[in-house]
Amino acid sequence: MPWRTTSRLGTFCGVFRRQALDRGAMKLAVNKIATGHNADDIAETILMNILRGDIARLKRCTSIITGDESDENEASTIPRCKPLKYAYEKEIVLYAFYKRLDYFSTECLYSPNAYRGNIRTYIKDLERLRPSSIIDIIHSGEQLIVKQTAKMPVQRVCERCSYCSSMPICKACLLIEGLNKGVPKLGIGKTERYRKEMQKQDQCCSDQSLCHCMKEKLTVKEKD
Amino acid sequence: MHLTLEFAGGAELLFGKQKKHSIDLPENSTPWTIRTLLVWIRENLLRERPELFIQGDSVRPGILVLINDTDWELFDGLNYQLKTNDNILFVSTLHGG
Repeated sequence: MPWRTTSRLGTFCGVFRRQALDRGAMKLAVNKIATGHNADDIAETILMNILRGDIARLKRCTSIITGDESDENEASTIPRCKPLKYAYEKEIVLYAFYKRLDYFSTECLYSPNAYRGNIRTYIKDLERLRPSSIIDIIHSGEQLIVKQTAKMPVQRVCERCSYCSSMPICKACLLIEGLNKGVPKLGIGKTERYRKEMQKQDQCCSDQSLCHCMKEKLTVKEKD
Repeated sequence: MHLTLEFAGGAELLFGKQKKHSIDLPENSTPWTIRTLLVWIRENLLRERPELFIQGDSVRPGILVLINDTDWELFDGLNYQLKTNDNILFVSTLHGG
């Protein structure tokens, strides 16, 4: 079934792109990043975080500015803002059409099957019944208050690459390790066992391991 | 009946990358509506992946329909009766991932 194999591909893409954006901005010594997230995106994100039970993200996702150093729970990354937060995607598309702006409009092939894809379809159907659905969802999301006693992840720093992370090893490093070790689901879904194993010892590139780089070395030796 | 159909925002990719189509609808006993036009489009113009354009008897949610530069919701939507030389624009707002 396509759903099982392609529904988590957005994780790889989103995680790496966001880190690349941050790292690139750091090199340029930029002090703020503006992204083009629109009202439809924010509404989708709110519903997605509710359905996933991700209270930390749910709390952050309606802020028009995130990563501000004044909030002690945010690690010091470059602050981001979403100037188009209240602009409907429909408005933006029609604006671009009438101004004859050329833009990259291809829909990612995997997106209809991704988790967000299902939510996008749902929101579009809701909008048909009640046109104000999108802005209403954003308004509701903004009104949410998280209980003081709710368990929140603590922002710290990745042990491998020093990027900000809520886990000992950041998502990007986890995904890369999974690919190197032939465990592509690492970082996606429940892989508590593997994560614990990784944190014990760095086994990559030792003589007994079967990580990707080791396999290549073995193949080269056989050819000689 | 002569009509101009336009496709934008990525929708044109489903119609051989052609943004503007000049078409002639055959005479019909009942008047042509957007609803029946969509059936005609699916049978005569849509090159690939109909599910990315049509859902049920309407367009996929996220595709805007403009009749002579006016949002179809200000008219009768699917039930709007087409007039000769009408310009129907289909703009897709479904992008990215």
